[in-house]
Amino acid sequence: MSDMALSDPAPSPETRARRERRSRWLLLTPALVILSLAASGPLLVVVIYSFLTPGDYGGVEWQFSLDPWFNVVAERDFFTEELKLADAHLLVFWRSIKLSLMTAILCLIVGFPTAYFIATRPAHRRDMWMLLIMIPFWTNLLIRTFAIMELIRNQGTINTLLMASGVIDEPIQMLYTEFSVLVGMTYVYLPLMILPIYASMERLDFNLVEAGYDLYATRLQVLRRIIFPLVKPGVVAGSILVFVPCLGAYVTPRVLGGGKQLMLGNLIELQFGQLRNWPLGAALALTLLAVVMVALVFYVRAIGREGEHNA
Amino acid sequence: MRKGFDVRRQPGFTAIAMGCFILLYLPIILLVAYSFNAGESIAIWEGFSWRWYASAWENEQVKDATIRSLILAASSSAVATTAAVLAALATTRSKPWRGQTVVFAMVNQPLMVPEIVTAVSLLIVFAVVKSFTGYTGLGYLILAHSAFCIPFAYMPVRARLQGMDLSLEQAGSDLYGTPLQVFRHITLPQLWPGILAGAMLAFVISLDDVVITEFVKSAGQDTLPTYMLGQLRRVVTPEINAISTALLAISVIMVTAFFFINKTRK
Repeated sequence: MSDMALSDPAPSPETRARRERRSRWLLLTPALVILSLAASGPLLVVVIYSFLTPGDYGGVEWQFSLDPWFNVVAERDFFTEELKLADAHLLVFWRSIKLSLMTAILCLIVGFPTAYFIATRPAHRRDMWMLLIMIPFWTNLLIRTFAIMELIRNQGTINTLLMASGVIDEPIQMLYTEFSVLVGMTYVYLPLMILPIYASMERLDFNLVEAGYDLYATRLQVLRRIIFPLVKPGVVAGSILVFVPCLGAYVTPRVLGGGKQLMLGNLIELQFGQLRNWPLGAALALTLLAVVMVALVFYVRAIGREGEHNA
Repeated sequence: MRKGFDVRRQPGFTAIAMGCFILLYLPIILLVAYSFNAGESIAIWEGFSWRWYASAWENEQVKDATIRSLILAASSSAVATTAAVLAALATTRSKPWRGQTVVFAMVNQPLMVPEIVTAVSLLIVFAVVKSFTGYTGLGYLILAHSAFCIPFAYMPVRARLQGMDLSLEQAGSDLYGTPLQVFRHITLPQLWPGILAGAMLAFVISLDDVVITEFVKSAGQDTLPTYMLGQLRRVVTPEINAISTALLAISVIMVTAFFFINKTRK
């Protein structure tokens, strides 16, 4: 640390550049070592594992194979060697994408007006409203999922209330359905939608809105033709920020789906647990990663259009 | 303009926003309320009592998991914050340099890669390491948590560094301060709120982690969240609400403090 990247008047520019380079890498070393041991390195190992043969009791045989990747979408019939689509996997893929999209839409429906509401408060109050959005977001995801579970389970608050008031005689089965997973994910990821929309909304120039009304636009027209186009990057960013963690969700579908409504994350876990097919699990994990990366490219483009400071 | 016409109003938006705030807080409030229930139900109120806090306090497994969670969060956030501060010093306020893209990609990887993918990758690697070394201690969890906490500790420190006035450091070195002196007496005092904010964020992130911990932990190494995940399958008593409430309290205090520390920047 003796030569920090600060100005040092005496030495020549080349020496300074060299020192700066050296001190930079020195300072980066701890972070890079930790990250390569427990983040990027293991990810590369997953790539290798996705081309190996499964071991009998978990783990792998060191024998090259393309089967894991093939098995992501198709399977060979055990007896007839006949090829067919891996229906079980495709169902999980479909459910993951469907539920993630529906979650993003629900979050948008609730989040857009909420962000608008906060952005139209007096400037000194906005931070407090945003804090109210942020507090649930930074609290434990498992606990928030669990709070939803208590609300909708058969002996839970909603069913107890409905039965006590005589609306229903039998509890409504809400837990362990796609509905419960959808509600849970919307609840858990809603702040991720509000945050970027609010960031766009905060800079919205209301003179434009006023100009719209001066030209006899209705409220709906103002919303559709003026406000929405101006905050669209925030909407796109928020939708992707919700979609991405939903796609890889593990805790929420496990707790609220109860092993019936599997999503991709649970399917991956199953390969490493009960099914003992690590290479297939690795291939599925990388498939998930690829979809997420594509979504993130769109995200970067959406916020890029609006300028760096909005990230 | 028509009298009393508010250009900012959109019909129904305020109602939806209010509904949104209620929805965000109602489940949590109910969860907390039933932790004080005298009965065994999580839906029927039978009066106020501390019994579930007492029973959680006496539960050896809970005590064990709590201690482990706190040790893990404290050590991971210490390691992650140290590494992140050094990395932020190296990468902020300099012209573009070779390798920049790779370094930023590595630092941000835990934010971009789904947790479940990181979790299985660590399961694979640590399974091999465990079978070779025979070591099954807390080290794996500390390493894993430190890694995914780095970007959270890095962000506030970097933001602080970027907003810092360079002329003070310049003045320091003009007065013959060595780089180390300038760092200790000028940079560090200004950086301190950022470091504190980063450490707290890292602590909360580590304390709350379920997925990676679930895949990395060795037998008998439950943290509070993985213990709770295991309990959810059984008949749930308000004891789990009591544990949740305690965890929530820690998070809320830390996040609120973070918010105010971060605000002093402006």
